[in-house]
Amino acid sequence: MAGFLGGIHPKYNKVTRKKAIEIAPMPKKVIIPLQQHIGAPCEALVKVGDEVKIGQKIAESKGFVSAPIHASISGKVTGIAKMPHPVLNECNAIIIEADGKISWDGSVKKRENIEKLTKDELKNIIKEAGIVGLGGAAFPTHVKLSPPKEKPIDVVILNGAECEPYLTCDHRIMLEEVEKVIKGFQIIIRVLEPKESYIGIEENKEDAISKFEKKLKEMELSEKIKIVKLETIYPQGAEKNLIYSITKRKVPSSGGLPMDVGVVVQNVQTAKAIYDAVYEGKPLIERVITITGAVKEPKNLLVKVGASVKEIIEHCKGYDGAVGKLISGGPMMGIAQSTDDMPIIKGSSGVLVQRESDVCSGEERDCIRCGKCVDVCPMNLMPTLISQYAKKDDIDTANEHFALDCYECGCCSYICPSKIPLVHWIKYAKGELMKRKKKK
Amino acid sequence: MEELKKLTVSTNPHIRDENSVNKIMWNVVLALVPAVIAGVYFFKIKALVVILVSVIAAVLTEIAIQKLRKQKITVKDGSAVLTGLLLALVLSPIVPWWIPFIGSIFAIAIGKQIFGGLGHNIFNPALAGRAFLVISWSAIMTTWLLVDGTTGATPLGLLKLGGVKTGYLQLFLGNIGGCVGETSAIALLIGAAFLFYKKIIDWRIPAAYLGTVLIIALIFGKDPMFHLLAGGLLIGAFFMATDYVTSPITKNGKLIFGFGCGLITMILRLFSGYPEGVMFSILLMNAANPLIERFTRPMPFGSKKINKKKEAEKKEEKKDEKPKGPEVGLLDEKGNKKKLEVYGQKGEPIKKEEIIKPK
Repeated sequence: MAGFLGGIHPKYNKVTRKKAIEIAPMPKKVIIPLQQHIGAPCEALVKVGDEVKIGQKIAESKGFVSAPIHASISGKVTGIAKMPHPVLNECNAIIIEADGKISWDGSVKKRENIEKLTKDELKNIIKEAGIVGLGGAAFPTHVKLSPPKEKPIDVVILNGAECEPYLTCDHRIMLEEVEKVIKGFQIIIRVLEPKESYIGIEENKEDAISKFEKKLKEMELSEKIKIVKLETIYPQGAEKNLIYSITKRKVPSSGGLPMDVGVVVQNVQTAKAIYDAVYEGKPLIERVITITGAVKEPKNLLVKVGASVKEIIEHCKGYDGAVGKLISGGPMMGIAQSTDDMPIIKGSSGVLVQRESDVCSGEERDCIRCGKCVDVCPMNLMPTLISQYAKKDDIDTANEHFALDCYECGCCSYICPSKIPLVHWIKYAKGELMKRKKKK
Repeated sequence: MEELKKLTVSTNPHIRDENSVNKIMWNVVLALVPAVIAGVYFFKIKALVVILVSVIAAVLTEIAIQKLRKQKITVKDGSAVLTGLLLALVLSPIVPWWIPFIGSIFAIAIGKQIFGGLGHNIFNPALAGRAFLVISWSAIMTTWLLVDGTTGATPLGLLKLGGVKTGYLQLFLGNIGGCVGETSAIALLIGAAFLFYKKIIDWRIPAAYLGTVLIIALIFGKDPMFHLLAGGLLIGAFFMATDYVTSPITKNGKLIFGFGCGLITMILRLFSGYPEGVMFSILLMNAANPLIERFTRPMPFGSKKINKKKEAEKKEEKKDEKPKGPEVGLLDEKGNKKKLEVYGQKGEPIKKEEIIKPK
C-alpha cells in the first residue's frame, strides 16, 4: 500500500462520517473577506448600499494569483470594513444583509455543449467562478491549471485522503456527489492532458473507494482514471506526501512545487466546484464543512461563504458544555480562534469545538532527546533542534536545520512526550526568516 | 455567549499523544522487573539490599539537589528510580552497602544533575556512577558471587584467565557469577521485548551493537553466542546504550552509535586486561554522541544530494574570477584600506590617471 516517510496515527474520531450533508439555512448576514488566500487581496466592485444577487461578482484582483469573489446571498451591501478572519485574524470584508429572497444573478446559467469548450475557455470559466483549492490552502485553481511550458504535467491526482482527524466533509462529498466529482476531475484532465490520472483515498474510507470504482466502471473510465488505496496515516493528504505515496516522486525541498515533478494535485471538493462552475455556471459561493466536537449535533453542512460560525453552531443546536477551544479546521492543522464571530471562508474545511477539559495542557518539560519527532517528521527534519534554536533566537542555525522546509503538519508536537510545542517554535523561526527575506 | 468565556488560543496541533516522559520512564522500570526477579532469585537477600540502597540513594539525591537549587521536584517521573535501578543491576551482589549508596549519589549528582538534570547529561548516569566505583574501589567491584555461595570469576573472567567456557543454558538462565541483573539473558530479553512492544526503544542501536559483536566474534574465530550472552552486553545493548538522552536522535546516528559500542566492547574483551568492555564502550560512545549527531543530520525530504566537492570548486572559480569592468575597491574583506585597483573590460589593469570618477 502507498505510504511515505514518518507520520502518526492519531485517534480519527470521525463521528460525522455517516451523517449525510445537510444544507444550512440561508444566513441573514454574510461577511465575505476580501482576502481568501495568499496573493493580492481583492478590491470590492460594489459600494455600500448596492443591491447584490446570488452569484454576482463583488470583488476581484488584477494579480494572476487571485480569484474573484461572489455574493453568496442576495441582499444589500451594508458595509465594507475590517472584520474578524479565521486565518489573518482581521481583514477587510464586504458585509451583505439578506433580503430574504433567493434571486440569482443573471450570469449564472447552465451551460450546454461542454465538449466544445476549449482549454482556455475552461480555464477562464474556472477563474471567473472564483474557484480555489478547497483542501485548506485555498490556492487559486486556475493558476495550478496553467503550468509554465517548461514544466509539463504528466500526472494529476485527485486528493480524497482526508487524513485530518474529525473532518468528514470530503468523505461525504465523495459518497454523495461521486458523479459530479468525477466529471469535475475530467475537466481538470482535459485542461492538463496528463498521461496518468489517479484518485487517492485512504483505505479507511472503503465505501468511498468502492463507490468510485463502481462509478468509474459505469462511465467507462476505469482505464483512464485509477483509484489508489492509501495507507491510513496522518499526514497522507499533504500534497508532498500524497505525491510520493502515489508516484514515488519527491517534490524538491526548499520551495519546490508539485509541478517541478510534473504533478498537479486537486482536492475532491475542488473537482465538485469545477463541475458546478462548468456545467451549472455557478461560481464558488458555498462549500461543505464538518462541524464537530463539543456541539450538540455534529454535522456535515453545506454552508455559504461568509456565513458566521456562531450561526452555524446554533444550527447544530449550540455548544455542548463549556468551550475551551474553537478551531477553524481540523485538530492537527486547524487554527484556534478567539471568537465565533468570524465567517466561513473558501478555505474553511471544518469547525472543531473542544471542551475545556479536552484542551491539551500537558506540562512542558525539557527535551529528553527521545528522537520521536525525528522519526515522525514527514519532511525528515529535526524538529527538536529547530525549536531549541528558535527558542534561543538563533534563527540562522534554525535555518541551517531547514526550518523553512517545515509545513507545520503538527506530527512532532503531537508525539512529543515532553509536551514541547515544537510547531509553535518552528513557526516562530519561519516567521523571522520570512521577515528577513522581505527586508532584503 | 456564556460558553465562550475561556477560549484558549494556541498553535496547532490541538491534540496530543497520551505518551509522556513519566510513562516512558516507569515503563522502562517495569521492563527491568524480570531482571530484578532473576537477580533476587539467584543472589537472594544480598541482591535485594543492593537494589534498595541504590534506588533510595538515587531518589534522595535527586530530591536534595532539586531542593537545593529551588527547582521543581521531578522525582515522580521515575528517572531517578531508573538510574538507581540500572546501577544496582550492574553491581556485584556482594559489594558492601555503601558502594551502591555512593555510586547512586555520584550517578545522580555528577552524572546527571550537574549538567542540568534529565535531558542535559552527556553520559549515561548509571554507567558514570559505575565507572566511578570501578576506578575508586576496583578490588571490591570485581569480586563476584557464584550461585553456590562461594566467590569466583564471571564467565568472561573465566574465559580470560583460564579459557574455561560456561554453558549456554547457564548463561541463558543466569545461574552464574556476575552482576545483580545482567546474568539472566532470558529475563533481559523479556524486558527488551516489552520495550519494543511499547515502542520505547528503536531497533537500530541494539541491532547494530549486537550485530557488530557477533561479526567481530566470528572474524576472530570466537564463539559468537557466548559473547552475546555473557557479561553485561544484553543489559547494555537494550537498556543502557538506548538511553535517549545520551544516544543520537538521528536514524543513521543510531546505527553508528551501536556499531561503535560493539567495536569498542570487543576490542576491550579480546585485547585488553579487562574481561568486559560494555561499560567503557557505551561511555566512550556517549562522549562521541554530539559529533555523531552532527554528521548524521538528515537532509529534508526532496532535497537533492549536494555534491560538496563541486560546490567548493564553484566557489573557488568565483574567487579566481577577476572583476569585470571598472570597479573601485576601497576596503578589503578585513576592513583594511585596499590598494586602489581598477580593471578594464578585459581584466587589464588601468592606471590611476585613467579613472573617470563617477559624478
